[in-house]
Amino acid sequence: MVGDAISHAVLPGIVIAFLISGSRGNFVMLAGAAAIGVLTTILIEILHKKANLQEDASIGVTFTSLFAFGVILISSFTGQVDLDQECVLYGEIAYVPLDPILLGNGTNIGPRALWISGTVLLIIIIALVKGYKGLALTTFNADYAKALGISTAFWHFGFMGLVSLTTVVSFESVGAILVVALLIAPPATAYLLTESLKKMLWLTALLGILTAVGGYYLALILDGSIAGAMATFAGVLFAGAWGWTKVTRRTKVIEDGGVVNPG
Amino acid sequence: MDIRPEKTAIEVHNLTASYNRKPVLWDIDFSLPQGQLIGIVGPNGSGKTTLLRNMMGLMKPDSGYVNMFGKKLDEVRERVSYVPQRETVDWDFPANVMDVVMMGRYRKSNLFKRLTKKDKDIATEALEKVNMLPYANRQISQLSGGQQQRVFIARSLAQQADLYLMDEPFVGVDAATEESILTLLSEMKKEGKTVVIVHHDLQTAYEYFDWIVLLNTRLVASGPKQEVFETELLQEAYGGRLTVLSRIGDLMAKKDFPMRESEFKEKEGPGDEGAS
Repeated sequence: MVGDAISHAVLPGIVIAFLISGSRGNFVMLAGAAAIGVLTTILIEILHKKANLQEDASIGVTFTSLFAFGVILISSFTGQVDLDQECVLYGEIAYVPLDPILLGNGTNIGPRALWISGTVLLIIIIALVKGYKGLALTTFNADYAKALGISTAFWHFGFMGLVSLTTVVSFESVGAILVVALLIAPPATAYLLTESLKKMLWLTALLGILTAVGGYYLALILDGSIAGAMATFAGVLFAGAWGWTKVTRRTKVIEDGGVVNPG
Repeated sequence: MDIRPEKTAIEVHNLTASYNRKPVLWDIDFSLPQGQLIGIVGPNGSGKTTLLRNMMGLMKPDSGYVNMFGKKLDEVRERVSYVPQRETVDWDFPANVMDVVMMGRYRKSNLFKRLTKKDKDIATEALEKVNMLPYANRQISQLSGGQQQRVFIARSLAQQADLYLMDEPFVGVDAATEESILTLLSEMKKEGKTVVIVHHDLQTAYEYFDWIVLLNTRLVASGPKQEVFETELLQEAYGGRLTVLSRIGDLMAKKDFPMRESEFKEKEGPGDEGAS
């Protein structure tokens, strides 16, 4: 839910950073958006804890206002340049290959988005491997972590910082809708299929790839929007997993009924 | 009444704490002994959980401080273990029983490192102690309330601390779990551990604990149970609540009964003692 909020709320950060730096996809933009992402989580916390608002209400208020603010910024200040609402909402994934990184001698080393996303992927993998225990503990039981003397604020904001970073980097190529779809649907699907956190992480990555590839071919067949097809495909996978668990759970109950409970 | 122990495990000094400027604890001051089973008892809303949270540094008091083994909590964290109320976590979290108990081996210092074989052995032993070893690979979402509670206690045991603070471990558990916790508590006491338990039920408090802290926003009493279970003190803590008052009547009767029985036993000699 907070990831959803961040993916929308970073918009003003992207726009402001864009207005300051005058270009897309550079370091200033990333830093600006990531900062707004962390600010979003802080705002949500303040509204929830200090103003005694329910958590879902504080999330809703924060991200809609920030997103709306971003939309106003785009429509009123960036009309002349190549940052428009359409691109922000739906992305321009088909144009990614048209924006390659050229080396000094003119060699094409692949799309810019691929390099940036790849770097972020590497950062996230390292953070996950190194921080697995800390993230699992503080997510499952923050009070217990605090009682062990572990800073939950560090893990919370570190994690939210990573979510913002991912969102911002993906924004440009895939747009807000697909960011949310890819941020939520694959892990939600994986959660239905497994009950182990480690397996869930692997499965999420696999489902993400499946969504991208499947969605791409779906778009080819339908000759439609790639982002839309991918989001739809993510939904189809989720529905499939849900149906699968319904069927297998029923058989599991029958199996369990025949086994003598060891307790 | 505030009786001071000889060897102090926890010292609470002039503690005042509040939620939204409403004081929940008012000028609490007492010391708890080492090596005993201690119950923090009081009516609903008397600040028991808040007191525990202040002891564990999960909440900042408005004034006052808490010392453990004569030191600040940060200096002795390794020796102190906390068992939160089980309702405070989401049991649908994707993890199995062993994953949760292994969290008892997490330290600030090893958070970025892998756990060792020894950690796993300690966690296994802890599960054994609460009779939950057969469930080691069970998903935590499939546990009953009592089993969840035992997993939480096993995690705490895996920490191998000297002082344990448990928040309402007896709430909503089955008879088997209650039995298992009580056996464990007496073993822990034998090993010289100190266990502080937030408990809302006066009736069982007298059976379970050696030392009782009676709380109702202010400290009503702190001392050995025989001295704390006096009509005036119980009424001071629970007074004004008619439903509870009638229960105190029952309690006083209950309290009198085992007292007479123990006098009787003393006259009869130690023969009965060995049988129990």
